[in-house]
Amino acid sequence: MSVADRPIVSPASGDGSTYPEHHFLNHTSGFLSWALTLDHKRIGLMYLVGVMSSFALGGMFALMIRLHLWNFKDGWLSNQTYNQVFTLHGAIMVFLFIIPSVPAALGNFLLPIMLGTKDVAFPRLNLGSFYLWVTGLVLFLTALSITGLDTGWTFYTPYSIETQKGGAVLAATFGVFVLGFSSIFTGLNFIVTINTMRPPGMTWFRMPLFLWATYATSIIQVLATPVLGITVLLLSAERLLGIGIFDPKLNGDPVTFQHFFWFYSHPAVYIMILPAMGIISELMSVHCHKGIFGYRMIAYSSIAIALFGFLVWGHHMFTSGMADVTTIVFSALTFTVSIPSAIKVFNWLGTMYQGTVSLNTPMLYALAFIFLFTIGGLTGLPLGALALDMHLHDTYFVVAHFHYVMMGGTLVAFLGGLFHWWPKMTGKMFNETFGMISATIVFVGFNLTFLPQFVLGTRGMPRRYATYLEEFQDLHRLSTIGSLTLGIGLLVALLVLLHSLFYGRRAPTNPWGGATLEWVCSSPPPHDNFATAPTVGDPYDFNGIEYDAKQGGYVKKS
Amino acid sequence: MTAIQETAHESEHAQDHHHDHPAWLAHHFDDAEQQFDAGKLGMWLFLVTEVLFFSGMFCAYSLYRNRDPEVFEFCSRFLNEKLGAINTGVLLFSSLTMAWAVRAAQLKQHKLLVGMLGATLGCAAMFLGVKAVEYSHKWELGLLPGKFYVSQIPGAAHGEHGYLGSLCIVPLILTIIAGVYYIYSLATMSKFHQKVAGPILVAGACFFGGVQLGRILEAEETTHHAAEHAAHEHAPGTSHDHSQDHSAGELLPEKEGGEVIALGHKSIEDVKVMAEELKTPDASVNQKSMAGLFFSIYYCMTGIHAVHIIGGMLVITWLIVKAAREEFHDQYFGPVDNVGLYWHLVDFIWIYLFPLLYLIT
Repeated sequence: MSVADRPIVSPASGDGSTYPEHHFLNHTSGFLSWALTLDHKRIGLMYLVGVMSSFALGGMFALMIRLHLWNFKDGWLSNQTYNQVFTLHGAIMVFLFIIPSVPAALGNFLLPIMLGTKDVAFPRLNLGSFYLWVTGLVLFLTALSITGLDTGWTFYTPYSIETQKGGAVLAATFGVFVLGFSSIFTGLNFIVTINTMRPPGMTWFRMPLFLWATYATSIIQVLATPVLGITVLLLSAERLLGIGIFDPKLNGDPVTFQHFFWFYSHPAVYIMILPAMGIISELMSVHCHKGIFGYRMIAYSSIAIALFGFLVWGHHMFTSGMADVTTIVFSALTFTVSIPSAIKVFNWLGTMYQGTVSLNTPMLYALAFIFLFTIGGLTGLPLGALALDMHLHDTYFVVAHFHYVMMGGTLVAFLGGLFHWWPKMTGKMFNETFGMISATIVFVGFNLTFLPQFVLGTRGMPRRYATYLEEFQDLHRLSTIGSLTLGIGLLVALLVLLHSLFYGRRAPTNPWGGATLEWVCSSPPPHDNFATAPTVGDPYDFNGIEYDAKQGGYVKKS
Repeated sequence: MTAIQETAHESEHAQDHHHDHPAWLAHHFDDAEQQFDAGKLGMWLFLVTEVLFFSGMFCAYSLYRNRDPEVFEFCSRFLNEKLGAINTGVLLFSSLTMAWAVRAAQLKQHKLLVGMLGATLGCAAMFLGVKAVEYSHKWELGLLPGKFYVSQIPGAAHGEHGYLGSLCIVPLILTIIAGVYYIYSLATMSKFHQKVAGPILVAGACFFGGVQLGRILEAEETTHHAAEHAAHEHAPGTSHDHSQDHSAGELLPEKEGGEVIALGHKSIEDVKVMAEELKTPDASVNQKSMAGLFFSIYYCMTGIHAVHIIGGMLVITWLIVKAAREEFHDQYFGPVDNVGLYWHLVDFIWIYLFPLLYLIT
């Protein structure tokens, strides 16, 4: 008899809540039991630690940038170092943090549980993806330590061909290549799992919306990332062998690189935001204790965003030299993406209407998301308009816009999701008061950092400059103060989570009153999640789910 | 939970795992069908990513060919379509053997399965052998990617650089290891090891067979060019002084002069065009900033294709090991089927590469 066969749920002493004596965290122990695990939950947690560390690293670079820009000239970094710092900030945040954050960390943990299965379809491939991610991290750190990469995270040619930091470019592009495969395999695994392993009763339209969002994300990961793979491979060959495909001296075309790059990297923007939207759909419904409004429209809009996302890459290149007709078509297509995004926002607001809102930490983050994402989305429209983009291209307006979407959107949703599922992952409740304080500080700090940047951008402050005109100094200082506030907010959030690990009270099975399957299995879940595939109904039917003071959580009353 | 309950739980569990879950069925799948479907969908998705991976290069190909068609026409002449055609045939045949292997796995014809997988592996090795000859020959001529491209002068001397030898080192070592392994398997009388070592050794031999075949065909081509060159020189109306170009190497016209008659009229004309283009000033494509790009694309596409062939050989070897253990049967043949799909795709990509690169003139 293996250890897995011990009772899964037994009454815990004292508070009367259900707490499993045996779960995936203590199923086996030792370093190798984690390093070689095939359990999606452990892989998810390892990703979580990994992406959070990368985020801390990237965040440190961000603070270095902001501190450097305190004065309009003679910042504390040399211009050369400044270039390297913003490059690494961008590259680490995009490739090592945002892209794997929600799908690989939260998605890995939640997807099989939400589907009522024991694991993802290909557990070994899943572990392989994680190690590819680690390899990519090592290559990035190599690029950082040899000479420092200074091309910007986009590796635009001819910078990337001509820069003296050849070794760093090679290490980083190879890192991107490897990370790309990590992302492809994760996406492939999720698509196959969702397609073939849904439990009895879970039709496509009875899937939790987080799964719809993950599914749409996975489609993009599988279809877009290979193109990035070949692009960076050709770029490496360009550096190593001088193949000339992107080099005008050898009759190549640098704009081709931009097309190839953005063919991936624009859909990648939706790899970053779609899973965040999935989290918000779950959070809105659960914390308003009300069925999600417009389920089908949210599900369809995820797929629509994934598909439209493939057709708009040209809007990154309005000033790069394209035919006029092409730019007009790309501009028009860009506006179409705003429709499914707006559908989602309206549906979330519709969910809150007449709901019983529990204003707790995850909900605060979710509300912050809606506010920030809406600003981020709406400021995308002027950038999609050709005439305005000529003025705003490569200014701080763009910087503020994508930070509102990427950070105000994805990061805030990630934190919301993390707080929401933290009791499930660790079996511990965090301190609600301090959690809410962290959400408030993050929200204030974020706006203080990036709202001034919209103003800076419209006044003509170009991005990536190490020095600037004196007239911009006040706004820059405001932004720097905001970034420090934001840093403090994130630190508080981290401390709240870490504190809960040691001093948090034991989490009940269903602390928030959710109706999806992860709230059926214990917190933390047992090794195999479910002994047999559960039969499922509507994931947003909250009838009969009531608070039980004895357990400290919600239970299903039939 | 009481002891009785626990025992009940245990027996239920035991039944669950030992009855419904044979060794070949992973614990998280309900049944063989679900496992097969998952594997198959996964492979198809992987193939989609492969197609997109190559699509970047096909895109670059169409962009640059559309922009400079003359570069592509000029450079394509340097590719030996005979070798390309032979490789196409070899790969098509390997697809047949692979498909046959899938059938053998389903019908539990274990011996035939090992044989068919071995044949596929051999074809792959032969493909690489021919490719090695093609690559090394081009390197010797200076037909290199991008900035390394050397402008072509008709009849110029090209020494042996031993590129082919270097390309053969790793296959040689692997073949020797396979040989030692085969001897070991004979010595220990292990049927399993013989079934594994045999096909690998044959594949090693096939590689060198491919090299030999490639060399014969490449030598024919060279002879043929040189011979035509001589004919061309003596033809009326052309008065280029090529004599200084014929100083050394394999291209001595006098040596091959006798064979001119044996060659068809058409091919003599082909070479005429080529020599003129190489000499005329408007053949400006013969420089690294033009022709180099074609060879960049050529090496990237065929090189990455070759990497996929090598990857395919590794997984086929893994299948041979499993097949030698007689693991496959009508309920469990997913791996053979899926590797087969992959192999057909690799074949399929070559079917596109061959005409797009070799046959455009």
